[in-house]
Amino acid sequence: MAKTGVLGLYSDANYAAEAGDGLQRMGISDNDYDFLTGAPYPEGAFGEKESSHRLYVFPFVGALCGLTAGILLTSMTQMAYPLVTGGKPILSLPPMAIVTYEGTMLGAILFTVLGIIFESRLPRPSLGLYDDRITEGYVGVLVECEPEEVDRVEQVLTQAGAEDIKRGKV
Amino acid sequence: MQEGRALADRQINRDLLHTIFTHPKWQWGLIAFFGIIVLGAMCAAGYMFNRGLGVSGLNRPVMWGFFITNFVFWIGISHAGVMLSAILRLSKAEWRRPATRAAEVLTVFSLMTAMLMPLIHAGRPWRVFYWVFPFDWARGVYPNVRSALIWDPSAVFTYLTSSTLFVYIALLPDLAVIRDRSTGIRRQIYSVLALGWRGNPRQWKLQIIAGVLLSALILPVFVSVHSIVSFDFSMAIAVKSWHSTIFPPYFVIGAVHSGVAAVVIVMAVMRWLYGWQEYIRPEHFDALGRLLVVVATGWFFFFVLEFFFGLYSLEADEIAVKDFLSAQAPWSWWFITFVGTTYFIPVGMWLFKGVRRNPGLMIIACISVNIGMWLERFLIIVPGLAQKQVMNFTYFTYAPSVVEVVIVIGTFALVCMLMLLFAKVFPLIPLYDIKEGEIARDEIQIGRRKVPAVLREE
Repeated sequence: MAKTGVLGLYSDANYAAEAGDGLQRMGISDNDYDFLTGAPYPEGAFGEKESSHRLYVFPFVGALCGLTAGILLTSMTQMAYPLVTGGKPILSLPPMAIVTYEGTMLGAILFTVLGIIFESRLPRPSLGLYDDRITEGYVGVLVECEPEEVDRVEQVLTQAGAEDIKRGKV
Repeated sequence: MQEGRALADRQINRDLLHTIFTHPKWQWGLIAFFGIIVLGAMCAAGYMFNRGLGVSGLNRPVMWGFFITNFVFWIGISHAGVMLSAILRLSKAEWRRPATRAAEVLTVFSLMTAMLMPLIHAGRPWRVFYWVFPFDWARGVYPNVRSALIWDPSAVFTYLTSSTLFVYIALLPDLAVIRDRSTGIRRQIYSVLALGWRGNPRQWKLQIIAGVLLSALILPVFVSVHSIVSFDFSMAIAVKSWHSTIFPPYFVIGAVHSGVAAVVIVMAVMRWLYGWQEYIRPEHFDALGRLLVVVATGWFFFFVLEFFFGLYSLEADEIAVKDFLSAQAPWSWWFITFVGTTYFIPVGMWLFKGVRRNPGLMIIACISVNIGMWLERFLIIVPGLAQKQVMNFTYFTYAPSVVEVVIVIGTFALVCMLMLLFAKVFPLIPLYDIKEGEIARDEIQIGRRKVPAVLREE
């Protein structure tokens, strides 16, 4: 059966953290609830588990792609019209290094940006269960649970001090 | 560094988004004012394209004048933005918070403006594609990667792309705030731009890492860009006063000097225009003023070295250029004005705390820096090209035409107009950064005093 979403809204971060503790005691898995905030809190402020990511791989892959593209671009354009200048080799390495360097950095930055978006699980076509008050300072505790657990989850959220509770699709 | 009072999220949203949700007439009036100047500059450029470069003051041997001076100037301004933002992010300086977005946006707009200058200078802008774009438009001839004029667009393009993406990534959480406060078509547009941002711990963690990681990646690009711009000059063997190895660091530090000063001007104007006294406080100007004293003195060191190297080599051509620059009026007057306005006047002012904490006086000092830095680029380019050297009877100095003056004034109006337009659709101070500062702020008791403190996560 499809899971249901419950969103509790808290005006105080401490209450939201208590709600997280309550959900854990209730047996809700770490993967099934999340905290939504309008500002970055220190990691672990709500007792959430540390999320792992592979963002650091992206710049390296991008840099490698940019390096390859830079070398190919600078060498192939010179080879395409091999005009000997001053008896020097066709491929002139110092200028190639400059353009290749810029290509490498561009690749690294483009891939990093893609990595940030990908690892942040964006773009999201729909906001799902959400409340505009979250960007006004409220902390949202978003729980994904079985339909039969909804009442108990709402009770835990309310006991922790939720000012409002919403149901819907996550 | 926490002199302001504590602010609630709702108040931060209201204060920093009022530029977007309210529409006072003066804003549109200012935008229209700058727009008219830009239109005038466009007409001047159109006239020049139609009649040819003959309507400018450019002539042999001075074929680079106001346009290229302005190009180097705007590239310099663009450097402060990301440099300031990146270094302050990496060093976790608490006072960075209200300054980063404006600095980054200034980078993007000044880079875009800088890129216009060589296009206009080319006289036939569409032909630039033949020697810049990596494609064989005709006869199998690709751009010549051995030319410094190819390195330049590759570096500037990388920097512009990186800076724009940097701004966009940092905007994501703020776009979500605007989305949540909007209705109708505006909400739909901001929903698309915010990519469905919800603000869970994973997204915030990546946002913070992104700021640091992108800063670390953009910093080397920033150093390379102005170094490569300096190669346009230092690789030119034929112009003796340009052919110097000190140019890259001299250009980079000069760019930082003019750029940080420009950020101060933008911050002071923002504070005055939008009433952001709670966010941009005297302590921020004080910190920037102290930073500027260090940067200006670093720049002065390189300036003295550059001048000294020219004389120490005992090359007749170099000495002739220095003589032309420093002993022959009116160039010597420009030279004195340049040194005075770039270093002695502003640094003399910044030595006083009262000046550093006064936004009005900071604007005066920073405008002085930018007048000086514009003159610096002009005095590097024109006297070198004028070739008033021993046994040379074909020298020619340079006087800009009205067309060039109008176009240069237009670029300043363009950047002002773009900044104002940006402020109409996006927040110029990062909301989430200010909110994070509020979460981390605290007061601790040391002995009998309560002092402001910031909790910092490592």
